[in-house]
Amino acid sequence: MTANTWTQNNPLYLDYQATTPTDPRVVEAMAPYWTEKFGNPHSRNHHFGWEAEDAVEIARGHVADVIGASPKEVIFTSGATESNNLAIKGVAKFYGDKRNHIITCVTEHKCVLETCRALQQDGFDVTYLHVKENGLIDLDELKAAMTDKTLLVSIMAVNNEIGVIQPLKEIGQLCRDNKTFFHTDAAQAFGKIPMDVNEMNIDMMSISGHKVYGPMGVGAMFVRRKPRVRLVPLIHGGGQERGMRSGTLPTPLVVGLGKAAELAKKEMAAEAERLHDFQHRLYEGLRQRIPEIFLNGDEQSRIPGNLNISFAYVEGEGLMMGIKDLAVSSGSACTSASLEPSYVLRALGVEDELAHTSLRLGLGRFTTEDDIEYAIERISKEVNRLRELSPLWDMAKAGIDIKSIKWAEH
Amino acid sequence: MAYSKELIDHYENPRNVGSMEDGDSNVGSGLVGAPACGDVMKLQIKVSAEGIIEDAKFKTFGCGSAIASSSLVTEWVKGKTIDEAGEIKNTDIAEELALPPVKIHCSVLAEDAIKAAIEDYKGKSGVADEGQDAAE
Repeated sequence: MTANTWTQNNPLYLDYQATTPTDPRVVEAMAPYWTEKFGNPHSRNHHFGWEAEDAVEIARGHVADVIGASPKEVIFTSGATESNNLAIKGVAKFYGDKRNHIITCVTEHKCVLETCRALQQDGFDVTYLHVKENGLIDLDELKAAMTDKTLLVSIMAVNNEIGVIQPLKEIGQLCRDNKTFFHTDAAQAFGKIPMDVNEMNIDMMSISGHKVYGPMGVGAMFVRRKPRVRLVPLIHGGGQERGMRSGTLPTPLVVGLGKAAELAKKEMAAEAERLHDFQHRLYEGLRQRIPEIFLNGDEQSRIPGNLNISFAYVEGEGLMMGIKDLAVSSGSACTSASLEPSYVLRALGVEDELAHTSLRLGLGRFTTEDDIEYAIERISKEVNRLRELSPLWDMAKAGIDIKSIKWAEH
Repeated sequence: MAYSKELIDHYENPRNVGSMEDGDSNVGSGLVGAPACGDVMKLQIKVSAEGIIEDAKFKTFGCGSAIASSSLVTEWVKGKTIDEAGEIKNTDIAEELALPPVKIHCSVLAEDAIKAAIEDYKGKSGVADEGQDAAE
């Protein structure tokens, strides 16, 4: 990340919500477990197994520490997608004949939405809560939606597109009051914002390794023991992970996740402060150089390091082509296979034409001050250049109300 | 998305960006697409008394393919009669720029834009024709 000249083949990485580089310290911690300490952690009879098992249990402790849980409440999975599937389908299958109502939110990650849709096919009743303009759920709406049949509420802690933080403590309290399980997809939150499963009354939590500078291919799940949450597993087999997730644990990956968790806990506060400062500088830098830009999602309740910005009158994919020395993503339809603009931005009430103009900028552990300056420079240059090509910008400057024009839909 | 050299060239060095005096009776203006779809093209042609397109200008809100398609069209129409320009097919544009399948609609829009500009010009010069959807 120290190149002086960024190019399309070696861009400046500003897409930390998509994934994070594995921290070199994590890679170092994982190293012995590939060829040296390579035992199967479930081998009970020899040193190779015991050694691997010890490493797994240490990792488990680190993950639990980040969220105030007991290590007995943490199981390892292949990632947050699997954890989300297991959490939702798992309780649904176990308790579904008694209570079959689930509440989630329209801005959830696809793996939660698709899992809920699949359960609807099986006869479950699912409520998809709307969000306010700032991306946060309305707690009154949640309360009103809850019934005595409500088994589970699943609301993500931090949104991957717009970075907003949901009111977890309040949601947890409402769930506790209604004897409803509270699951949160914490893939973007774990290790980035303080979370305590007891203070927040969280019953299940999904964790992703590669979002917190750990390796890809591993994640974890918190499953409360007191009061006990029971699940029907997705994967049956040798009964590993307390019967909830069979399969040989990938020792090096688990060790990596554990190390990433350990580092996150230690460095969270300082990193948050640093990223908050960078985020502020980036936004202000862009605002000063480019008129008519809009931040998507609540300005206060967001993780440090995420900015989702609409640059009016300039289309997102076109803009990304101009900044191909920056690795970012866009809420523009053109960049999604379906040609539909981001459903998250739509849920905020962002009109299609603004959704088409958005960029998601993600800052992280290895972002430097120079990177921020470079990004400000490049983005403002391209936006202003593309505005010169844009008929909508001309109209806006001339004071024509674009909404008043009768466009031909095609 | 892997874009062709031609496409990237038109995107980085767009030809004929700008506007013409819409009030001018020699100018035909086409405005197609919709902001909600992420594609809006404004294409203008200046037609000589003999019916030859002397100049063309464009402005586009859209992805790289949309910008390139409209830029290419302004290059192609110059020197053509309005009938010849009306013959330009989106498939020609798509082939020239090697547009990926998911971007073919950008070339369709560019074809619509030139046709809309021609219709507008014909309307002004008194040639009877049916109206167009996009207002300007």
